[in-house]
Amino acid sequence: MSAPVLPPVAVVEADAPHGSSPAERAAARRPKRRRRLQNGQRPGFLAYGFLTAVILGSVFPLYWSFLIGSGDASTITRQDIVWWPGGNFIDNAAAVLTDGSVNFWRAIGNSIIVSTVVAAAVVLFSTLAGFAFAKLRFRGRNGLLIFVIATMAVPTQLGVVPLFIAMSQLQLAGTLSAVILPAVVSAFGVFWMTQYLSQALPYELIEAARVDGASMIRTFWSIALPAARPAAAMLALFVFIATWTNFFWPFIVLDRQDPTLPVALSLLQSNYFVDYSVVMAGVLLSTIPLLILFAVAGRQLVSGIMQGAVKG
Amino acid sequence: MTATADRPRATGTPPTAPPSGRAPSDTTGKTDRQVRRIAFSQKLSRWDVKYSPYLYISPFFILFAIVGLFPLLYTAWVSVHEWNLIGGQGDFVGADNFAFVLQQEQFWIALRNTFSIFLISSVPQVATALLIAAVLDRNLRGKTFWRMGVLLPYIVAPVAVALIFSNMFGDQYGLINNLLGNIGIDPIGWHSDVFASHIAIATMVNFRWTGYTALILLAAMQAIPRDYYEASMIDGAGIVRQFFSITIPQLRPTLIFVIVTSTIGGLQIFDEPRLYDSAGQGGASGQWMTITIYLYNLGWGQLNFGRAAAVAWLLFIIIVLVGLLNLAITRRIASGDNPQKVLNRAARRAARTRRDQEVDA
Repeated sequence: MSAPVLPPVAVVEADAPHGSSPAERAAARRPKRRRRLQNGQRPGFLAYGFLTAVILGSVFPLYWSFLIGSGDASTITRQDIVWWPGGNFIDNAAAVLTDGSVNFWRAIGNSIIVSTVVAAAVVLFSTLAGFAFAKLRFRGRNGLLIFVIATMAVPTQLGVVPLFIAMSQLQLAGTLSAVILPAVVSAFGVFWMTQYLSQALPYELIEAARVDGASMIRTFWSIALPAARPAAAMLALFVFIATWTNFFWPFIVLDRQDPTLPVALSLLQSNYFVDYSVVMAGVLLSTIPLLILFAVAGRQLVSGIMQGAVKG
Repeated sequence: MTATADRPRATGTPPTAPPSGRAPSDTTGKTDRQVRRIAFSQKLSRWDVKYSPYLYISPFFILFAIVGLFPLLYTAWVSVHEWNLIGGQGDFVGADNFAFVLQQEQFWIALRNTFSIFLISSVPQVATALLIAAVLDRNLRGKTFWRMGVLLPYIVAPVAVALIFSNMFGDQYGLINNLLGNIGIDPIGWHSDVFASHIAIATMVNFRWTGYTALILLAAMQAIPRDYYEASMIDGAGIVRQFFSITIPQLRPTLIFVIVTSTIGGLQIFDEPRLYDSAGQGGASGQWMTITIYLYNLGWGQLNFGRAAAVAWLLFIIIVLVGLLNLAITRRIASGDNPQKVLNRAARRAARTRRDQEVDA
């Protein structure tokens, strides 16, 4: 595993050369190409064509939402299909943002707060626990780690009824804390940081710090945390996206007046089901922040998944 | 807590610390005092080493107990009581809530829909993801670009996906029916027909997750030693035979992992069916009402928490059972084709490679 910012040589994760040796020799005899193919067979147009189709399929629904979102109420009732965006996106977005019954601005703020706080808390707690599991010796370590991994398979979402009762009892229902608290627990995060730190943090460093008289927490703060930075950034990315897109629990526990973005979108739909152009403008508004994030950090996201990320 | 040697009293002594005997320090000799001080700081340092790990893992365990484990277990307690949103806990009613739920036709409709949507989404999803991963595993130009492109849908919230697709699958003016009309096919009742609505919702799930799954499988594919392919090529295996005799068996742990996680998530599906129409009740006659929608309606529509908890507990049991079933089936399928011959030959050559890559999925 390597840091997100990679020298161009090391970008390939694990592509061992495929080539059979006769093909390799043949390739060596041929005049040198602009780029040497390690593979005996060069992927044909079929491969690129197939992938192009897949990517068009990925992008098209977003483009479609922009088509609808930049039209007006009559756009979707036209019999001929419109393939070019209209000019009403700004108006529709303004309609979403100024709608009195949905509180979209508030939803944006809430989503930013919740996702940021959850991501930061998960990273901190996961790195702490991962540091202990990966590098410290204590009784029951293996058993506890197995327990953590086992909890990844527990559908905790099914505890919503008592969780809601508890949040009501604690007077937290309707507050952002009710959304943040349950999300801070991430077995995946602990597992992920344990995996990373066990191979990214040499024992020598820890011992050196101890010899210099650093306490455990100081060792964690000055040695483990900097070493964990690349994995922590990826974890933060995953948790941020998961929290931003989460719907079920916020929908249950938040007031309609004080929603997160996905909850606001569901309200928008029940208010505007006649005018889909406004709904789609809302969809785009709520997706744009993540699109920007993807443009900036998509590469890290890919390598994070390739390093064994987990659904959910 | 710093373990420096000067003034241990000033640094926060833990509550369990015994009195450090510094009160009569004026009368004790200087050397004695220093010895004590060093001894004490060593003690601190030992505690630090001994108890710090527990301190560091405690946030996860404490929070998981409060917001994960306890609610799940307490669900069982709620499910055997009369319990509503306003009045709170009522009488103990034993299995009445379960009996009520199991007698409701709606519950069985929801169960049918959930499984139908789950199967229509996960089977094609894994198959497509395998295909995409196999293509991405070739020696492509612009690897990162293709991988990112495949992953793009993952950042779109399920709620947003549901809104976009429910519009595209509109019965009257939807894009899909429009296109079908252009090639002379009658419009399909995406929002009225049971099976058609399941296909539409499964499409949303697959749109968001296929690329993600493909990347997980791709990572596992890249860990397969290339010698296996080389050996099979010498044995005269074609690309298809290689895929089924080497790639699939080697991906077994990853496939099991992907299928189990998609089961846990897929059987709890809520967002997409909830937003598939503006009413959010899963269709006029429950065509696409899933178990989680049913749970929500019992708990927050009819304000009957006892019954909602019974549904949650039933769904929990179902997920566990299906997960075990999955495990058994996946084991059988993935090991059906025996790659022993290839492996034996390749194993000698690849012994070292394989030792190096003990991948844990």
